[in-house]
Amino acid sequence: MNEPRKHDLIVIGAGPAGAHAAMAAAGCGLDVLLLDEQPAAGGQIWRRPSSSRVDNQPVRTQPDLAHGDALRIALAASSVTCAFGHRVWSVSDRYRVDTLGPDGAAAFGARQLVVAAGAHERIIPFGGWTLPGVMGLAAATILLKAEARLPGQKVVVAGRGPLLAAVAAGVIAKGGEVVAIVDRTPQREWLASVPALASQPGQLKQGAAWMLAIALRRVPILFGHRIQEALGTDSVSRVVAEPIGGGARRLLDCDALVVGDGLVPGGDIARLLRIAMRHDRRRGGWVPVVSDLFESDRAGLYCVGDGAGVRGAAMATISGEIAGLAVVARLGRAFDAQRMSGLKQRWRKGQRFSDAVAEVMAPRPADVADLRHDTVICRCEDVRLGEIDGALAAGAVDINQLKHFTRCGMGPCQGRMCGAIIEELLAARLEKTREAVGQWTGRPPLRPVSLGDLVGEFSYGDIPVPEPAPL
Amino acid sequence: MTGSSEPFSEHGNWVKGMVGVTVSVTVDGEAMRLGAHGSVAGALLEAGIRRLRASPRDGAPRGAFCFMGACQECAIFIDGRLVQACLVAPREGMSIALAGVP
Repeated sequence: MNEPRKHDLIVIGAGPAGAHAAMAAAGCGLDVLLLDEQPAAGGQIWRRPSSSRVDNQPVRTQPDLAHGDALRIALAASSVTCAFGHRVWSVSDRYRVDTLGPDGAAAFGARQLVVAAGAHERIIPFGGWTLPGVMGLAAATILLKAEARLPGQKVVVAGRGPLLAAVAAGVIAKGGEVVAIVDRTPQREWLASVPALASQPGQLKQGAAWMLAIALRRVPILFGHRIQEALGTDSVSRVVAEPIGGGARRLLDCDALVVGDGLVPGGDIARLLRIAMRHDRRRGGWVPVVSDLFESDRAGLYCVGDGAGVRGAAMATISGEIAGLAVVARLGRAFDAQRMSGLKQRWRKGQRFSDAVAEVMAPRPADVADLRHDTVICRCEDVRLGEIDGALAAGAVDINQLKHFTRCGMGPCQGRMCGAIIEELLAARLEKTREAVGQWTGRPPLRPVSLGDLVGEFSYGDIPVPEPAPL
Repeated sequence: MTGSSEPFSEHGNWVKGMVGVTVSVTVDGEAMRLGAHGSVAGALLEAGIRRLRASPRDGAPRGAFCFMGACQECAIFIDGRLVQACLVAPREGMSIALAGVP
């Protein structure tokens, strides 16, 4: 294939981190291309709502919406070239990025690359979690914020972290019923995190507003509980909640179960490019090893935002801006050194709050300790825990062997949904560290693509035929 | 990519479509109306359709799960092409089959 024209910088991911990296670099005169698979900038947290139009500004009362609109307006006014609706399926050396876009397969080139791939949810499996009507907390957030739709009429909200309260309040605001909040975190841990959370008064105020909405509806909050099982035939109709560590179970009738147990950094591009990574439990899992400028061990490749370790949108913005300016410096262009030192200072000051939130959402080894034998772990391939234990008994000693033995992680999601769980499970079963267990080997395509889409319209006449050799 | 399964763009319903507008589509051959805004996965959920496909190995019912393009649970045939229902907007005349990869 022909080599595409080279930009100065490609940024993958137009969330808070990626968009700010792109704007910082473009603001210093670089030729920047920003790619995202979604239809507009904002990432998952600042997603554009259905009824929103940048040219017809409605008044925003929720801070996430205001941030998102401000970002989209700033981006539109910048010199950044945006390509939305592009699913990145391969990234290769010298920085070539292959996508499937609205007009079919496309390829882009750049001297420098910023990866701002964001995070996806960790969901600890339980019986029935594959039933329709069971969905992620982030999924419910997207439905509520971007689609103005309820996940269900009677909703159970479960898992851990600040999204529980946000989603429950969102369901109430849209006129749905929250049957109960089932929170893995014991109440005492929440209280212990309050002083650190209070270092960001705006966030604490937002949290208090959510809790007030929940309290006014007298929604039961089951602290220190988890979902034991979801029941139903073609979709969920009832869930069983149980105290972690044993105790009386509760049956909750519902038509939707929204569940999420924290966030996992999206590391698939880092894995594909074989850059150095380390496991950081508090940051959600495997993160790329980066310098204070967010540069990886591969020159010219920067990793920012939640994809480089979960810290939240405010920190993502700062990391993106630092990396954008670092790219400018690396390409020998002028940038504002004072702005850079200000950003680094903000980064240091933000640590306490982001650490406190991350700690609440971080996985606990006990999460996978007592999963049931017949629970599906890999959704794509319907691989149950019993089969994984069978493979371990047969001698699998790392995660890629387990994949070869059982097909877990081999389906269309590319191991995104089950990887973090299976790594944790393996580490516990084999009494090894997460580093010893390893992670999936990154392979293209990162997203399922059909050969027809890659080849496009094609006829035999398109094949160049060499001149016949003279007789 | 052409046809009615194009992903959201600046011209797609995701951005333009306002809450309350509907389009007519067929679901497994049966005519029905779906909300035009947001994603096909969200519009089907709103219409009470939660089961989108069966898992290939166990044949167990599955529905949209992550709504952000990561999990592939909502990959069904729309206008004859396998696409993630959470990444396409509903369009007039769309033909939706509640089936994934056989």
